[in-house]
Amino acid sequence: MLGKLSWDAVPFNQPIPMAASMFIVAVMLGVSGLITWKGWWPYLWREWLTSVDHKRIGVMYVLLALVLLLRGFIDAIMMRTQLVIAAGNAQGYLPPEHYDQIFSAHGTIMIFFMAMPFMVGLMNFVVPLQLGVRDVAFPVLNATSFWLTAAGALLVNISLVVGEFARTGWLAYPPLSELQFSPGVGVDYYLWALQISGIGALLAGINMVTTILKLRAPGMTYMRMPVFCWTSLASSMLIVAAFPILTATFGMLLLDRYVGMHFFTNDGGGNFMMYINLIWAWGHPEVYILVLPAFGIFSEVIATFSGKQLFGYRSMVLATLAICVLSFMVWLHHFFTMGAGADVNAVFGIMSMIIAIPTGVKLFNWLFTLYRGRLRFEVPLLWAIGFMITFVVGGLTGVLLAVPPADFVLHNSLFLVAHFHNVIIGAVLFGAMAGYYYWFPKAFGFTLDRRLGAVSFWCWLIGFYLAFMPLYVLGLLGMTRRMQHYADLSWQPYLIVAEVGAVVIFGGIVATIAQLVVSIRTRDRRRDLTGDPWNGRTLEWSTASPPPAYNFAVLPEVESLDAFWAMKQHGPVKPPDQYQSIEMPRNSPNGFVTAFLAVVTGFAMIWHIWWMAILGVACALLTLLTFGWMERGEVEISGAQLAEAERVRLRREDGA
Amino acid sequence: MTSGSAGGPAPVRIVVAYGFWIFLLSDIIMFSALFATYAVLSGQTAGGPSGRELFQLRHVGVETLCLLFSSYTCGLAILAIERRRMREFYVSCALTFVLGASFLGLEISEFVGMIARGAGPSRSAFLSSFFSLVGLHGIHVSAGLLWLTFMVAQTATKGARDFVRRRLLCFSLFWHALDIIWVALLTLVYLMGAR
Repeated sequence: MLGKLSWDAVPFNQPIPMAASMFIVAVMLGVSGLITWKGWWPYLWREWLTSVDHKRIGVMYVLLALVLLLRGFIDAIMMRTQLVIAAGNAQGYLPPEHYDQIFSAHGTIMIFFMAMPFMVGLMNFVVPLQLGVRDVAFPVLNATSFWLTAAGALLVNISLVVGEFARTGWLAYPPLSELQFSPGVGVDYYLWALQISGIGALLAGINMVTTILKLRAPGMTYMRMPVFCWTSLASSMLIVAAFPILTATFGMLLLDRYVGMHFFTNDGGGNFMMYINLIWAWGHPEVYILVLPAFGIFSEVIATFSGKQLFGYRSMVLATLAICVLSFMVWLHHFFTMGAGADVNAVFGIMSMIIAIPTGVKLFNWLFTLYRGRLRFEVPLLWAIGFMITFVVGGLTGVLLAVPPADFVLHNSLFLVAHFHNVIIGAVLFGAMAGYYYWFPKAFGFTLDRRLGAVSFWCWLIGFYLAFMPLYVLGLLGMTRRMQHYADLSWQPYLIVAEVGAVVIFGGIVATIAQLVVSIRTRDRRRDLTGDPWNGRTLEWSTASPPPAYNFAVLPEVESLDAFWAMKQHGPVKPPDQYQSIEMPRNSPNGFVTAFLAVVTGFAMIWHIWWMAILGVACALLTLLTFGWMERGEVEISGAQLAEAERVRLRREDGA
Repeated sequence: MTSGSAGGPAPVRIVVAYGFWIFLLSDIIMFSALFATYAVLSGQTAGGPSGRELFQLRHVGVETLCLLFSSYTCGLAILAIERRRMREFYVSCALTFVLGASFLGLEISEFVGMIARGAGPSRSAFLSSFFSLVGLHGIHVSAGLLWLTFMVAQTATKGARDFVRRRLLCFSLFWHALDIIWVALLTLVYLMGAR
């Protein structure tokens, strides 16, 4: 009846997982209890859960990312603490089978459920505003993408309470992840969670590409698009080109595990190197899917807070597209040690080094934008400068790793771990935090606390260097990754420093939470009445903060790059005498229902509860058909309503 | 680099068809991962039967004809609905369905025959990748048949309205894309494998 599921799945006898799961259950019950007690469910359902507004969806993505940043960080600090203790004869407090789940969950969560939703969320919120349009190309699909991502995140967290997570590392290499060596449900949790959220990511990418290429304000030609739109386009094109490979690869591993096929098994003629090639054909572009939007954010932030047009806009666009193409030609550098031979390794080594060129172009462009600018050291600019320094270090160690002979020494060592944290924290996370602070007033109509923002930045920056520079040294000393215990006591001091770094980073996270609380409490003092708190250059600052559901009462006419800056130079645009009515898509529960059914089906597949899986798929099909049958209603906003709303907005701006 | 959309957002029909094309491209990439895997694993028979012993080109030839002609009738259906020739539209859709279903029936009979001979998907890596690649295409065709039925029902009850025609356009794009994939599949799997 319930497949493999029984009470044994709940970790009653393991105190740490039990405490963690109790905590998660308590938080979930607490939050739902509070919502019920306050009677917020109808509001939540109406305004958020069924919303198809790209801005609301963007906010929900970022919220999801922040919550899972916390979860991923707890995993990280547990690992660091284990490695401080577990030297020589001491075994630490985490047994190997638990430690292995933690590092797998940490990587999976940080990439798929922290970095991805953070970037996709910012793109969702900002891109239509920057393009000067009212929504994305497919609003209901957009909600579905978000809820599928949330469904995947939920499944990963359910694994903490019911069953276990994968012990295979964040990419679940076979043959270890095959049924023969991982007979438990951990790998299945991993696979189903990522299949579901992967489809969400793919749909989001398709939506974003279509939006940017087909929906832009009048006059917004390609070469007048803000750089963030360009990097979002490049990132979304990579999503469309890379995520299907992930889906296919995981699909094959699932077939191996569920119906006994032989794609990646040791027997039956399977070839596990095929998996490793395919997963990195997705995995390397994934790095750029995450980092390109961050580059876009830094470009916007640096131009705005230098009070200058971005230096070398065209070269920036070209560099972005070059990275987009090159990112598909380097996947083999993740496994030079496979034994493909010197010629193949040389080609991929050289290709990997070539990527440093367009990246270098970008760095010089940012430097020259800063040069002789009127710098305002607001928090986003701090993150941007911190990024420029940190990312260069990470990039250089990357070029070092791209040299095959060096890679043979450093492969799978902590040097590698330090390298990719160096680029992912230094670029993706710093970029996400810069974007979060920069666009927060646009989303909510008030600015974030500056002092706590700076505290958060300095904690992250200093904490990062403390936590990861020792890992470079340890890697060179020969410490491999994913070790739960080590015999060489001379490594311990470095790991203690790394632990201190993790604690400092925790300070940064606490500061971010405190910043949010303090800013909400003092929001009346920090209202952004003009809609343009930073003296911005692009169209998102030309509308109110927060923007109305329709973004722009009249679509702006774009005449140059940095369209809003040009408008400000020409003096205010005269409001039209008459407004044309507009149609906005009606809310839809489709995304939420689809995601709910995805969780049910995924859970049923993980535990082999076949009837429930069939029921879930049947209901999903029914939902699809019902939704396809219904005619999509639209809400009309009349010209008179628009005129009134605009009058209020302009009066408020004048008062500010 | 001035683009065509200097006049503002594109019309809905363009946006929908364009977005759907992007989806189809992503679908083709998913297939390409399976094609690559098949290419690598096709020689790994693990002592079991190889493609030469299993594939019957005559059978596959009939399958191919069914699918290609169904694409032709699907094209006729779209032309008919654009000109509001409803009878022509329904006849073409019916033909498309019959041809598509025949393709699927032939494919299933091939699979059943192979499994009966002990050459099922878990026999060897070659057969795993064969069944997955061809089966994934078959699942797409099944989804297409379901979609076609649904669209005919929708046209019958709601008439040839804008949103119905938009969806029919997407369906036809999907159906033609399955042809493209099949041609690649026929070449790589059957023609090259039966030698």
